[in-house]
Amino acid sequence: MTFWLLAPIMVAAALGILFVRKAVHAALLLAVVMISLAFLYAVLDAPFLFAVQIIVYTGAILMLFLFVMMLIGVDASDSVVETIRGQRAMAVVLGLVFGAVLVVGLGQVTLGTVVGLDAANEGGNVPAIANILFSKYVFAFEATSALLITAALGAMVLAHRERLTPKATQADLAAQRLRDYADHGKHLGPLPSPGVYARHNAVDTPALLPDGTAAESSVSRVLAARGTVRSAPAMADDIDDVRRQLGGLDGHSDPATMPETSGKAGTPASTEEDEK
Amino acid sequence: MTQYVVLSAILFTIGCVGVLTRRNAIVVFMCVELMLNACNLAFVAFARQHGNLDGQITAFFVMVVAAAEVVIGLAIIMTIFRTRRSASVDDASLLKY
Repeated sequence: MTFWLLAPIMVAAALGILFVRKAVHAALLLAVVMISLAFLYAVLDAPFLFAVQIIVYTGAILMLFLFVMMLIGVDASDSVVETIRGQRAMAVVLGLVFGAVLVVGLGQVTLGTVVGLDAANEGGNVPAIANILFSKYVFAFEATSALLITAALGAMVLAHRERLTPKATQADLAAQRLRDYADHGKHLGPLPSPGVYARHNAVDTPALLPDGTAAESSVSRVLAARGTVRSAPAMADDIDDVRRQLGGLDGHSDPATMPETSGKAGTPASTEEDEK
Repeated sequence: MTQYVVLSAILFTIGCVGVLTRRNAIVVFMCVELMLNACNLAFVAFARQHGNLDGQITAFFVMVVAAAEVVIGLAIIMTIFRTRRSASVDDASLLKY
């Protein structure tokens, strides 16, 4: 029963990995597949692997994927340019043939009666696995430790970057800024802050220049690359909508129809009284 | 028990097609993980079929090796990204020339 619930979800999520554009979405779909797989392990009498699957795969490995994705930029989406002509179509055909061969082949196999793990899991699944792991497979287990140490060292060596030029000091940066100003008149002060509006105040909204265009340097470069920058004129439409809902169709509603406005008018007077 | 193995085959095929079609190195890597997971499912299913735990031990070792592989692979992807400013597998083509 669990299988027939989870199998369609897993296949759909796995197919999603093939089609989504953003790598983060692919990672989340992979998490769905892996957690469903963990439940299938539980159904298959493997409680130890159920825990390991969730802790190691979903917890550690997928986190590592997301971590690296954030480091190298979320906007690094797939290119659709084919370097080898027809490679995509060929790959899909190959995959379909391969899958069909596997499924048809497996459909003709009779696996016999299921022995089940009740006898093997007699004193609990984890002690039984420990018994085999530390007797029959103890050498492989030791080799695994060497592998893990090698992987840790390798990751450190690969991720390390030797500094070839000295780090720029604050004095260097200030001198560079003045040089930029002298050479091509770049503004000396800080960049403009993002726009602050009555209905929206966040870093994704550009400030407006005197002529009404958006100041591009006021929003973060990363947000611009992701394409999540809001446009300020669109927010003005929103304001008109709200005004229309509040009553006045022309935007100039009289204060009598808006009780909250008259309420606000009364508040400053009361605070003055408090101060006295 | 056959249905578990069939599901495993389907997932493996999807991962295979993903490796061949996707261009982002990280997504390619995820598809490799999907293939490893599909194999694990077959191992665990056959462990139950035959009534001994060797299959589960093998799946456990596959997970350990996959963890080591992911660490090294992602470090390589980061190094390539640092030098070439791209995570696309098409851009790392210097060996061709």
